[in-house]
Amino acid sequence: MPPTASTERDLRLDLFRGLALWLIFLDHIPANIVNWITIRNYGFSDAAEIFVFISGYTAAFVYGRAMRERGAIVAGARILKRAWQVYVAHVFIFVIFMAEIAYLTRSIDNPLYNEEMGALDFMKEPGDTLIQALLLKFKPVFMDVLPLYIVLLLAFPPVLWLLLRVPTLALGGSVALYALSWEFGWNLPSYPTGHWYFNPFAWQLIFVFGAWCGIGGATWMRPFLRSRVAVGLAVGYLVLAFLVVMTWYFPRYAVYIPKPVQDWMYPIDKTNMDVLRFVHFLALAVLTVRFIPVDWAGLRSPLLRPMILCGQNSLEIFCLGIFLSFLGHFVTSEFSRSVGIQILISALGILTMIAVAWLISWYKDVEGRGAGPRSKPPDADLAGGAA
Amino acid sequence: MKALAGALVGVFACATAASGAGDACGTASHLVQVDAAMPRAAEAVDKTKSLTIVVAGTTSSSLPGPEGAKLAYPARLEAALKEKLPGVAVKVVPYVTPRTTASAMAQTFPKILKSDKPALMVWQTGTYDALQGIGPEAFQTILEQTVDVLKAGGTDVLFVNMQFSPRTDSVLASQAYADAIRWVALEHGVNLFDRQGIMRQWAELGTFDLTAVTKSLDTAAQVHNCIGRMLADLIVDAIKTNGTESKEIK
Repeated sequence: MPPTASTERDLRLDLFRGLALWLIFLDHIPANIVNWITIRNYGFSDAAEIFVFISGYTAAFVYGRAMRERGAIVAGARILKRAWQVYVAHVFIFVIFMAEIAYLTRSIDNPLYNEEMGALDFMKEPGDTLIQALLLKFKPVFMDVLPLYIVLLLAFPPVLWLLLRVPTLALGGSVALYALSWEFGWNLPSYPTGHWYFNPFAWQLIFVFGAWCGIGGATWMRPFLRSRVAVGLAVGYLVLAFLVVMTWYFPRYAVYIPKPVQDWMYPIDKTNMDVLRFVHFLALAVLTVRFIPVDWAGLRSPLLRPMILCGQNSLEIFCLGIFLSFLGHFVTSEFSRSVGIQILISALGILTMIAVAWLISWYKDVEGRGAGPRSKPPDADLAGGAA
Repeated sequence: MKALAGALVGVFACATAASGAGDACGTASHLVQVDAAMPRAAEAVDKTKSLTIVVAGTTSSSLPGPEGAKLAYPARLEAALKEKLPGVAVKVVPYVTPRTTASAMAQTFPKILKSDKPALMVWQTGTYDALQGIGPEAFQTILEQTVDVLKAGGTDVLFVNMQFSPRTDSVLASQAYADAIRWVALEHGVNLFDRQGIMRQWAELGTFDLTAVTKSLDTAAQVHNCIGRMLADLIVDAIKTNGTESKEIK
């Protein structure tokens, strides 16, 4: 895939989206010793913020160009087509999930867990469960990200339209919606009870912020992002967050956090994307932009190639990661929970993701070459707009 | 979030396992941590040489079958406390009500306070609320209100969170509820027995096989025995802590 001259291709987006996909995979295997390396253990934010931000950035980059070149209707249609693809992927993953649970529930008997087995009651009414899943109201654990992405894409055409005209207004509107959702407790309902784990009214902020950066906000902020003040603030915040998080693992040090600070800070809400999480992500982003320049030679090195490949095929690799984490969970609960097996599963999973990403890229490459470089509209997977 | 703890602690535990060999419960004993004093329990032991504890919980505070009550952790707690506190009349009264949310259980507390006059209320909660999808925020609010009521009613409070259940981990989102319990314990200065973290540790180290498909009570009884004994350790430690702290405060 030679870079096209007309586009400024930012491999860092692919790289970090690839990284986020690996981390999400690792985090989704419960009781996996390998997931101690993931960033959520060292600060407030986690891979979800990275994933949603980069998704917003690339969506704006790719569809923004389409909207300028082909008009709002065509670009809007492409965004909706993408939402449909994500929906189909979600339903596919859901079916696999149900199959796994159906198998597990056949052989699940232990007097220790009479109460917890109630969590499988939804299998008793599969019809209802299926309908609610299609309505995106029933979402099994760890299957919350794609529904969020679908809703964000569905609402994206008018947002993008506004972003291209009055970017500040669009970003301001996003901040206002975030604030209102906190003020009034807005969220979408879930089945059988409760609300969405990723509240779309709150999480849209990081998506729209990503989109805002993608259409030029990042360039506009560059002088500030590269300033010493920004880097200093970011480092300070990350260190503080790290120290706070350490008190979760070593409760005896929790007393060193003053009570008023605790009252103000806790709980750090993931569902509504607590502002502390958002700032933590920003701090990480500032350091990334500062220390990994867009023309960094490492981005072309074969060592990072696998991660970039995964990031360039994010929807497929995300779904694969969810499937693999189900599989990993299945193996650890059915066969062995030994530390060796946990490490092996994690490594095999990531290798599989790389192999499939390579295969998809190869296929896209071959197809693209045969049909000419401009015959297919680019999809938002290709960060930086590789054709 | 807990993964790092698991990993760090796993390494730590492997290193220390050799020295504390033989005792299955011990592989997770470092996760039992006194965060607050228990002034009422300490006073009861000190002045009246008696200690009445109520364990209020749902099904996971019990074991099935005719032997279940004897093997479940409330009874094991009582046995362990009697051993650790010779000369003290220890009584542990279990109130196990299946399929009860924290909110519904809280409504029964005033009556229990009146009839049993416990010096300590061990409140096992979270599982059924997570199952019902009550919502972590609503759950947390109930806990906050109820802790205040219990304290005002003259009893110390000790939270027990949910079990670690590897087979239902992928269908039951309990982490937010565990976090809610942790915050409330921290904010209101009461102790938390992190049953989830302890059992996860056992699962990761292979101390107990928590994924076995079985009708036998063997492993379940061992798990409950350890929980009962570790709860007793926590309570006795907290009572002792109280002795040293109360001097400073008063």
